[in-house]
Amino acid sequence: MSATESAPRSASSQGSGLVRWLTSAPPLAFLTIFFLVPSLIMVGASFRFPGELGALAPLFGPGAEGEETGLTLENYQVFLGDTIYVQIFVKSFGVAALTTLACLVMAYPVALLIARSPKRHRNLLVLLCVLPFASNFLVRVYAWMIILGPFDLLFSRLAVLVGMVYVHLPFMILPLYTNLEKHDPTLLDAAQDLGASAWNRFWRVTFPLSLPGIFSGSALVFIPVLGMFAIPEILGGKDDWLVGNLIKESFLGTRDWPFGSMLSLMLTFAVLAIAGLAAWLARRGVARA
Amino acid sequence: MRRSPLLVASAIAVYLFLYVPLAVVVVFSFNDSKLSAEWVGFTTSWYAKLVRNDEMLKAATNSLVIAVVAAAAATVLGTMAGIAMHRYKSRLLPFMVLTPIAMPEILLGVSLLIFFITTFGEESLSLLTVIVAHTTFCIGFVAIIVRARLAGMDESIFEAARDLGATPWQTFRLVTLPLITPGVIAGALMAFTLSIDDFVITFFTAGAGVPTLPLTIYTMVKVAVTPEVNALSTLLMLLTLTLIVVAGKIAPDAIGGKG
Repeated sequence: MSATESAPRSASSQGSGLVRWLTSAPPLAFLTIFFLVPSLIMVGASFRFPGELGALAPLFGPGAEGEETGLTLENYQVFLGDTIYVQIFVKSFGVAALTTLACLVMAYPVALLIARSPKRHRNLLVLLCVLPFASNFLVRVYAWMIILGPFDLLFSRLAVLVGMVYVHLPFMILPLYTNLEKHDPTLLDAAQDLGASAWNRFWRVTFPLSLPGIFSGSALVFIPVLGMFAIPEILGGKDDWLVGNLIKESFLGTRDWPFGSMLSLMLTFAVLAIAGLAAWLARRGVARA
Repeated sequence: MRRSPLLVASAIAVYLFLYVPLAVVVVFSFNDSKLSAEWVGFTTSWYAKLVRNDEMLKAATNSLVIAVVAAAAATVLGTMAGIAMHRYKSRLLPFMVLTPIAMPEILLGVSLLIFFITTFGEESLSLLTVIVAHTTFCIGFVAIIVRARLAGMDESIFEAARDLGATPWQTFRLVTLPLITPGVIAGALMAFTLSIDDFVITFFTAGAGVPTLPLTIYTMVKVAVTPEVNALSTLLMLLTLTLIVVAGKIAPDAIGGKG
């Protein structure tokens, strides 16, 4: 550990500035142009007016007829002024929370079983969890169209939830298993020797120790669910729209880019808050364990 | 170790939950009926229809071209980033490399949509914009795999090369590069798989003229669901499955950490 930590310093002290520049500059330049700049343009767009034919109205000078130009807080005022948008955000958080909880309940037995299997079987069992990922995301959603269709369950909130859980389940299984695998089995022996029941051994030993895995898995499920638009669109009804659908509609349907940009920014803040919370909880979980 | 029957039973139930839907898709791709509601009889006609469909072939070609070029570009840039992230302490590079893959895909999709159209005009959405967009999110995955490969290596090898008088470039070409090659190949295959499977970012950056296989599935699912979708899905599954097997043969350690 100390060898790898001291290595970067010794490498740079030997004057390999050129190597550093050669390896850092190309990816940095590419990502500045195609990630950072577009993100900043989007932040700027959230303070502008939509163009008459969609896209953005010009920032300076007279726009086309009926177009307002310059900067505005209107997009934010519309968002806060009508409860429907806040409601959709709240609903998205609700669906993401339910999906995360369902994933946790389903992932736990699998992760625990793999962690408690003989070493030679573990890789195969993990592979079996990841393999469904080899199918396209839309194929996995489509599969539920076929299954739920005959039961008249399609285009409902339940269908959306099932689809969300199905698509994101491995994201919960993997971090959970990585955590559970590291548990020292002698802790459970000790608990048993001290008279703890099977349930107490799980609830008072295994579960608290697995909290960091639970939190990182939860972040990996919660965050993508927040931005998902295809699953509500394919499996849900019109009432099941989430933030992702709202953003997609603003860009491709109503072509109100400034409003879509503002919504994207709100989603970004929501994601950052969740990621921050998960990281904080995971640290606390480690500290307590 | 402690594996109660309840634990085993519930884990098996979850494994079934993972596999039954995909099995249903495959089985109904051979069903001799336009509806996927009940089994009528065995046929391969949906596959035959698929192969004769010109739109589908165009979409497959697009997907392949995009995936090859984007994977190549992302492999070069991601390998550089992985090496730099391992060797130098910088906050900027990891932020720029990892944020695009940590955020919901739709955010990168719409910000690139605004960027391409405001910078290059309404007509700019094309094969090239999709390739650029895919490269952007694949760099991070390649970088993570390459960095993981480097982290597992003994630093004294590089010190030995320097002590023996190798220049930084010689050390890189003769020592570092051969050692990280399995990681680079695994990263390239990962990038290829992610690109050929991507729907969300492609959806926002492709415009109307560039159908890809996932975009075609989306349209078929939304407009008219026929067993052709099942056939196409089954073929796509076979393709990615093959890639995973190949990647596992080349770099078994790197694939396990892809989660």
